[in-house]
Amino acid sequence: MQKIGVFVCWCGSNIAATVDVEAVAEAMKKEPGVVFSANYQYMCSAAGQKMIQDAIHEHGLTGIVVCSCSPRMHEATFRKTAEAAGLNPYMVEIANIREQCSWIHKDKDMGTAKAIVLAKAAVAKLRNDTPLQAGTSAVTKRCLVIGGGIAGIQTALDVADAGYEVDIVEQRPTIGGRMAQLDKTFPTLDCAACILTPKMVEASQNEKINIISYANVEKVSGFVGNFKATIRKKARYVDETKCTGCSLCTTKCPSRKGKDEFNMNLNTRGAIYIPFAQAIPNVAVIDPEQCIKLKTGKCGLCEKVCSAGAINYKQQDEVIEREYGAIVVATGFRPMDVSALNEFAYLDSPDVVTSLEFERLMNAAGPTKGTLLRPSDGKHPKTIVFIQCVGSRCEENNRRGKPYCSKICCMYTAKHAMLVREKYPDTDVHVFYIDVRTPGKNFDEFYRRAAEQYGVDYIKGMVGKVAPENGKLMVQGSDLIENKQVKIAADMVVLATAIEPDPTARAIGTMLTASMDTNDFFTEAHPKLRPVESPTAGVFLSGVAQGPKDIPETVAQAGAAAAKVIGLLAKDHLVTNPCVAQTNELMCNGCSQCEKVCPYGAITYIDKEVRGPGVREVRRIAQVNPAVCQGCGACTVTCPSGAMDLKGFSNQQIMAEVDAICR
Amino acid sequence: MENKNLFAETALRISGVNPKKCMKCGKCSGTCPNYDRMEYHPHQFVSMVEHGEIEKLMQSDSIYECLSCMACVERCPRGVEPGKLVEAVRLMQIRMQGQDRKGPRDIPEFADENVPQQLLMAAMRKYRK
Repeated sequence: MQKIGVFVCWCGSNIAATVDVEAVAEAMKKEPGVVFSANYQYMCSAAGQKMIQDAIHEHGLTGIVVCSCSPRMHEATFRKTAEAAGLNPYMVEIANIREQCSWIHKDKDMGTAKAIVLAKAAVAKLRNDTPLQAGTSAVTKRCLVIGGGIAGIQTALDVADAGYEVDIVEQRPTIGGRMAQLDKTFPTLDCAACILTPKMVEASQNEKINIISYANVEKVSGFVGNFKATIRKKARYVDETKCTGCSLCTTKCPSRKGKDEFNMNLNTRGAIYIPFAQAIPNVAVIDPEQCIKLKTGKCGLCEKVCSAGAINYKQQDEVIEREYGAIVVATGFRPMDVSALNEFAYLDSPDVVTSLEFERLMNAAGPTKGTLLRPSDGKHPKTIVFIQCVGSRCEENNRRGKPYCSKICCMYTAKHAMLVREKYPDTDVHVFYIDVRTPGKNFDEFYRRAAEQYGVDYIKGMVGKVAPENGKLMVQGSDLIENKQVKIAADMVVLATAIEPDPTARAIGTMLTASMDTNDFFTEAHPKLRPVESPTAGVFLSGVAQGPKDIPETVAQAGAAAAKVIGLLAKDHLVTNPCVAQTNELMCNGCSQCEKVCPYGAITYIDKEVRGPGVREVRRIAQVNPAVCQGCGACTVTCPSGAMDLKGFSNQQIMAEVDAICR
Repeated sequence: MENKNLFAETALRISGVNPKKCMKCGKCSGTCPNYDRMEYHPHQFVSMVEHGEIEKLMQSDSIYECLSCMACVERCPRGVEPGKLVEAVRLMQIRMQGQDRKGPRDIPEFADENVPQQLLMAAMRKYRK
């Protein structure tokens, strides 16, 4: 028979104002098994914890019930308290009489009655508790970073700096991501390439960092500390170890009609190409869809001109399998497709461009070498209209766009407007906006500078229509302050396009069993207190994969994710949660239903000899990997034969609680 | 005041619109092809209904200037549907003017196979004698 102690906390007035704590403690004395019951002002304080420990020693308690706040708050505290006094930490039950009782009741009698019932349930559960032992699992001291943009690079650099191996898997032929495509960065207007490329070089030269470019993560199994990833490195048809990046082949290639993805398809490139001059790795890649040699067997010009002998038309995809202790998701974003918003005439005129296309048109390494020319006729635009919130801030489930604010557009539009006015002072620049959102250090000052010093015309209102007409773009919009409809004959229209998660994010989320929101952004473990961790242990979030953010925020989050990774990799062993599922082998009928519902892939089936009263045969039975199991309980409710049970939350314990409540 | 609330409720009930969803972006008025002829523009319409100023709208010619092209409905990023509000206020005005609609008994004399079903239904609602 257990000897149970009950400790009722007042939580100052949080509980005591609506629950008669004295009455709860008194009522518990009558419960079978309870040998001690008391109340105290702050049970979690040092004095409160000492009171618990003294009672454990004095009355020889075998388990304790603490009636207090949510177990999310102080379960760990009281488990430690009990353990220090020699109790098994899993012989502690929390009755949540604050969040689930005192905070939601006004009537003290009702509150007290409910608190007593909750306490009784906890005592009933504790009577069925058994001591549990936490296991341990080893930690592989290597980190996988998915995505090689500024987020992934920064995380990798910080993790490597602590001495751990990092692999960056990047789907494109080069790292650098979206930031590499930008011209200048707000609010300081430093050149993006000038601050990014040194980091790219640093990453490539760091001996702890291994860049796997032009590759995709295909499969991930395992669990925190022990992930196993399958990475497919696509064939480049160029030997990375031999190519010197001289780019001679790229100038000789006769197949010139490839879309230059790096320049947002604004110009063409050869079938063999290096995405941009500072690419890392600085190695050419052949587009197999476009290469004449790979498609017809004739040509082979690049092979002839390559003095390094790096071209290899027979190269195959390479599959890499490797183990990791931690995984960082840094999959980034892309601009939303705005062609469905036909009022902006994006498909009808080449002079209607997205902001990222505009970045390339302003960039010295872009298709126009940094001179701002209209794509249609190569002339200088004299009137430019910027339209903000294109595809952002739409009603949820609206085909017109995303429900969220893309966060970066107000600032980059101010940047674009300012740069245009600086470079070409004779250009008229109009910005249509709904709100200008500039919360960030020196952000509002930046926007005001655009409006006040650079003479950018900010118009509050949205554009309803853009119509190409005689080489001009007729823009019709609202001016809500002056309460009039404005019509502007523009030479160029720039759409501040909403950003959306990279399309690969959803598949990666599924692979990692990392939860995502309805917009395919990764969900954090806690929106405020654990913003860089996924709820899935061992998976961390960096950059826009988690939600729209600018470069300084991305770098900050990348560093934070790295700190979490380092904290994990620094451990030799992880303590596993003992509250995991287990199979009663005699009852398991091998139906596989638990395997199907398990979101963590913790259940496998094995053939095993089962011995029991009158039974001795080989059966197919479920087996739970306790290191992978997160104790969610999905299998226990699915199992038709009742063979699955969750330690610490067994069917017997739950039923005892229900009985105590319904009694 | 009571009248004001009743009007506002009626406009919302007929249109099924929730003007509180409006984020004041002006897309509707930026879109409106008949903007210049309207005393109250689509975005003002939404705001005035939200504030219960229906009677002003009912008295205004704006409700007849609206072309019911529904471009504002199509393009509103928040799904507010200003055009439906205009239609609702117009209906309210027409209904206020008395028994100004066709009854079911009047219908057969109009009905031939070239008349769309929808037109007959609309006539029952708002055809003026």
